[in-house]
Amino acid sequence: MSVLSQALWVLLLGSLLGLELIGKVPPTLHTPLMSGANAISGITLLASLTLIQKAGDNQALLLISALSLGFALYNVVGGFLVTDRMLAMFRRKGDA
Amino acid sequence: MTSSFLSMDLLTDAIDLVAVLLLALGIKGLSKVRSARGANQLAAVAMGLAVLGLLIEIQPGPLAWLWIAAGSAAGGLAGLITARRVPMTAMPEVVALFNGSGGLASLLVAVGVSIFDSASADMVALVSIAISVFVGSITFTGSIVAMAKLQGWLDTPAWTQSSVRHVVNIALAVLALVGAVLLPGDPTGLPLWLLLIGSSLLGVGVTLPIGGADMPVVISLLNSYSGVAAAAAGFVVGSQLLIVAGAMVGSAGLILTQVMCTAMNRSLLSVLFGGALGASGGGAVGGGGSEAGYTRITSCSAEECAMALEQAERVVFVPGYGLAVAQAQHALRELSKLLEAHGVEVSYAIHPVAGRMPGHMNVLLAEADVPYEQLIEMDLINPEFPRTDVVIVLGANDVVNPDAKSDPTSPLYGMPVLEVDQARQVFVVKRSLGAGYAGIANALFELPQTAMVFGDAKAVLNGLLSELRSMGVGKVVAKKAKVAV
Repeated sequence: MSVLSQALWVLLLGSLLGLELIGKVPPTLHTPLMSGANAISGITLLASLTLIQKAGDNQALLLISALSLGFALYNVVGGFLVTDRMLAMFRRKGDA
Repeated sequence: MTSSFLSMDLLTDAIDLVAVLLLALGIKGLSKVRSARGANQLAAVAMGLAVLGLLIEIQPGPLAWLWIAAGSAAGGLAGLITARRVPMTAMPEVVALFNGSGGLASLLVAVGVSIFDSASADMVALVSIAISVFVGSITFTGSIVAMAKLQGWLDTPAWTQSSVRHVVNIALAVLALVGAVLLPGDPTGLPLWLLLIGSSLLGVGVTLPIGGADMPVVISLLNSYSGVAAAAAGFVVGSQLLIVAGAMVGSAGLILTQVMCTAMNRSLLSVLFGGALGASGGGAVGGGGSEAGYTRITSCSAEECAMALEQAERVVFVPGYGLAVAQAQHALRELSKLLEAHGVEVSYAIHPVAGRMPGHMNVLLAEADVPYEQLIEMDLINPEFPRTDVVIVLGANDVVNPDAKSDPTSPLYGMPVLEVDQARQVFVVKRSLGAGYAGIANALFELPQTAMVFGDAKAVLNGLLSELRSMGVGKVVAKKAKVAV
């Protein structure tokens, strides 16, 4: 299988998986779920890291990819933390 | 791939697979109350694993490490500070801000490869660059506009409510498309800028006309786009993990957007292309949104309201946007504690879109320590209103408008609402008679059993607290409680 068709299969199966993952969501969780999914979309930081490696000693490209890494990580770290802050409040009284 | 050892490849592949599995479980777990917090942490661990796997695979040199450290420190620290400092009421804006940041990251990767590294890029990478720039730009500018509108930094300009906007947006889309088609032939020149500028402005043009009430849906959709942008960036740099994770977030985000639209009784198409609710259909509203539209308003003081509360056996609070703005959730909790001590049965009616986005009100009330069990969803509380003595509406408007059930000409017609007009007595705490998000007059305010208590939600609640205390409500706890039993 060529690299491209393999990548397209991955794209297709990933999309189908995403469609199946979320079924009914109680309205209570709409905001946290959106925020959590948003943090995961920061996974584009993998692309930033790869690009920093590929940049070699090209300073301009290093700068662009490091900036990209910063923005992606801002999304990831901030996203997971605010989601956690929101969800921490849903503890019921009986829960430890 | 720098490592030629078979075992090394196996290791990084295994790490990637585990990361994808955990991410999928994380997204799934986030949709259930019980598992949500753990699922979020699981997803964070998965993200860490993915980064670890990649670092093992690419083995960055000293110079690369330096830039990685600099970028990580800046972004990570900024994220930490933002997440700690942001008040719960500003959550929608912050999600939009984070989302825009993620879109910008994908965009920068694509632009960087296009300008500096396109010599080694094949056709697949070049097409992916075009897609990534297009989606990344729209995500970035769209999210920033959404944030600015939620913060109140941006209004909805009048021209964006006319059909002129469709012409402008189509022109921008064509501009971007021309750039995208030409880009693979000339990755460093004019087409890139055409695409970049066209799609950035398109992101603004599409988001600007949308009203505040619909903004959560837009943010959710843009969140789905940032998944697509990440998947496209995965094609650009050749990372299957990125492709699968981006695709997962993209399609899961689409489902969530659909779920949210259903909860708000809006169709995605009308959110995207219909303009701000109420504003575009000016004729149908009939100018009822202005103060002059009301003729039979009764207003009352905090004292009268407190007297009604003191007599009541069953009280339902309807918290809304105004409560969130006034930061009055703690005062509300205190008032309900006092009433409960007095033997009054207290609950909170939560409309699916109460607050500023679905689920937002639950978060705010949970922050004020309101027991989860007292928050009752619309379908369960509606049959209870006829046996409710007093309903207090705190800064909610459209979600309690009875026209949505009875008046087919109302723009709200068909939206599920809290049927507070069925209760014996309704007090509406509101700063003024201004219209709600949707800009529509509320027939509830003119009903005979309704009285308006004008003022800031927090000030009114504190006023009620002191009135009740001066009536001695807190002191006769034991006596009344026994009678109630």
